[in-house]
Amino acid sequence: MIRSNIKSSRILLKRGLATVADPAVNPPRHYGGLSDQDRIFQNLYENYGSDLKSSMRMGDWYKTKEIILKGDKWIIDEMKKSGLRGRGGAGFPSGLKWSFMNPPGWEKNEGPRYLVINADEGEPGTCKDREIMRKDPHKLVEGCLLAGRAMNATAAYIYIRGEFYNEAVTLQTAINEAYKAGLIGKNACNSGYDFDIYIHRGAGAYVCGEETALIESIEGKAGKPRLKPPFPAGIGLFGRPSTVTNVETVAVAPTILRRGGDWFASFGRPRNSGTKLFGISGHVNHPCVVEEEMSIPLKELIEKHCGGVIGGWDNLLGVVPGGSSVPILPQSTCTDVLMDFDALKDVGSGLGTAAVIVMNKQTDVVRAIQRFSAFYKHESCGQCTPCREGTTWLDRMMRRFVKGQGTEREIDMIWELTKEIEQHTICALGDAAAWPVQGLIRQFRPEIVKKFQQYEEKMGETVSYGGWVPKGDVKEGKVINNPVPESH
Amino acid sequence: MSLFRPVTHALRVARTPKTFTAYRLPAMKKQDLINYGQKRTSIVSVHRDTKEDNPEIPFEFTAENMERAKEIIAKYPSQYKKAATMPLLDLGQRQLGFTSISLMNYVAKLVDIPPMRVYEVATFYTMYMRHPMGKFNIQCCTTTPCQLRGSDDIMKAIEDFTKVHPGDTTADKLFTFQEVECLGACANGPMMAINDDFYEDLTYDSTIAILEGFKSGNIPKPGPVSGRKTIEPIEGQTTLLGKEPTDMRKFTRSDL
Repeated sequence: MIRSNIKSSRILLKRGLATVADPAVNPPRHYGGLSDQDRIFQNLYENYGSDLKSSMRMGDWYKTKEIILKGDKWIIDEMKKSGLRGRGGAGFPSGLKWSFMNPPGWEKNEGPRYLVINADEGEPGTCKDREIMRKDPHKLVEGCLLAGRAMNATAAYIYIRGEFYNEAVTLQTAINEAYKAGLIGKNACNSGYDFDIYIHRGAGAYVCGEETALIESIEGKAGKPRLKPPFPAGIGLFGRPSTVTNVETVAVAPTILRRGGDWFASFGRPRNSGTKLFGISGHVNHPCVVEEEMSIPLKELIEKHCGGVIGGWDNLLGVVPGGSSVPILPQSTCTDVLMDFDALKDVGSGLGTAAVIVMNKQTDVVRAIQRFSAFYKHESCGQCTPCREGTTWLDRMMRRFVKGQGTEREIDMIWELTKEIEQHTICALGDAAAWPVQGLIRQFRPEIVKKFQQYEEKMGETVSYGGWVPKGDVKEGKVINNPVPESH
Repeated sequence: MSLFRPVTHALRVARTPKTFTAYRLPAMKKQDLINYGQKRTSIVSVHRDTKEDNPEIPFEFTAENMERAKEIIAKYPSQYKKAATMPLLDLGQRQLGFTSISLMNYVAKLVDIPPMRVYEVATFYTMYMRHPMGKFNIQCCTTTPCQLRGSDDIMKAIEDFTKVHPGDTTADKLFTFQEVECLGACANGPMMAINDDFYEDLTYDSTIAILEGFKSGNIPKPGPVSGRKTIEPIEGQTTLLGKEPTDMRKFTRSDL
């Protein structure tokens, strides 16, 4: 026995090629368990104060001038090294995105250039940017300055959703403090660089979280997404080069630059590096927002910080891991999935904004997903037909499904319908409306079928398409002898 | 369906009332009101002259708000004055209580754009209330994360207390009740917003208590009502336990 062990280890030692699966070379690393000194958002729970003085005590605005003086290329290289991927949902590498603002010869295009911060946080489940704006506003303000420097922008517009009135006030106070202290404005931080920050409040349109719709909205129009190209980095806000980034992406930048890209890259799996704010809502004992290491196992995240699922882990039905737009995962997958972009993509979902919505077995999952459909119906801007009509159609069908008014073949029809919406619209809202329904069908088809069966039993008759029973009819524009389907 | 009745002329007529009076639609009939009542939460992109809202009622910013308006317009490039449309409408709504047709026309004049451009904005965004509102605007979130935590109870509590359905205003003009989409406080669900303040971690009883407070003029403090400070786990923080924050200056790279 011992002999054979020695023998096999000898064979292992002999292997000279790069060995991916060899545990001796790549010991499996456990992610999660970030220590407090590595947390970027120190004031997440409002323990230390959010004014300029308190933020400086945490190290905000420390050596900002020196970072600015290092120049745009240095900042972008450092961001690339950190491996930061956009925190708004798509996960595009930030350093690369920022570099699009500086193509060769960008100096020849004289005039203003804008950094636009997307604080139109409206994705159901997502509540992380609000915490940054009301507790750590100086991280965002400083981030604007540094990201602006990297892009050679002249000003930043922060687009805050209209409902966040108090958050906008806190942020404006922080901006005023920074102006007063000479940290932004003319000759920001005495670096010779001029930079202004303005706040623009939205007025309740989820679609304005899409970058081109957001630009339209700042320009004083209805927030309807533009066709791309031209991309905002070429022609964006007010017809000038612009880049739209999420609040969290920008707010982590100063700390990354101060501590070095390598520090940030040391967390999480390769290509998914860094720390992340996770917002956990739904059926957990203690819903909260917490900053953790990327690639933390979902189960650990829930059990460690949220006191577990209501009714225990075995009572878990499914988890929507990244806000309303991503498909739901069943319990079996949740047990060992890691919370990062690639791991969740591999299991047919996505990290999105890391807004974890937990549902336990007492949930009516069809109703939960129908509510998402209703949300997208309400928020569709109405510009592209597949989305405008499709979201309404999805919502109506889903409303019937919740009551069990339908037939099994209609599940395939609704699947077909989502495929007709997906990829056929200007922005991603159509996709976002389609995916939750697809996820439901993929993972919880039997739940829908069960509802149909229960309804048939209740009616004592066969139910056909659209929830009609044989006696049902329409007379003078009114449905008779049929329980009115939820929508017709 | 009543929601999709032809709307084409209604807004256009209001634009230049003096010259085009001939085209003005008749004032709203009782029948129309009944039809609207079926789905008042939906936003109907149509203006009909009423006693409280018609282009003949003059609107102007107060001197104080005019100062604010100038500050707002100065935030945007001079050739893009129209970018100020949204904040100016919001300012006007705060002054008047709702976004009237006169307010829209006034803003259009202020930023030099055709009134139709302002109507487009005012009808697109859900936070511009184009009908007179109650003093307190109750917005109850019912999107999935709140729904999972029991927003149905909160809806019921508000209905029981105000005795109106979503989209309606109480007879004493104190409360307007709206069912809204995600307000971005999901880990604090279920929640409602009253005017600009969020009330979080609600239950049926605490919702009634808050509304009682508003009714009696004893306005409760916004935030979670469950006793937690903000967004931390209610049983106590699991992270950031230090008395003092970590000083990042100690960890700053040496080559800066």
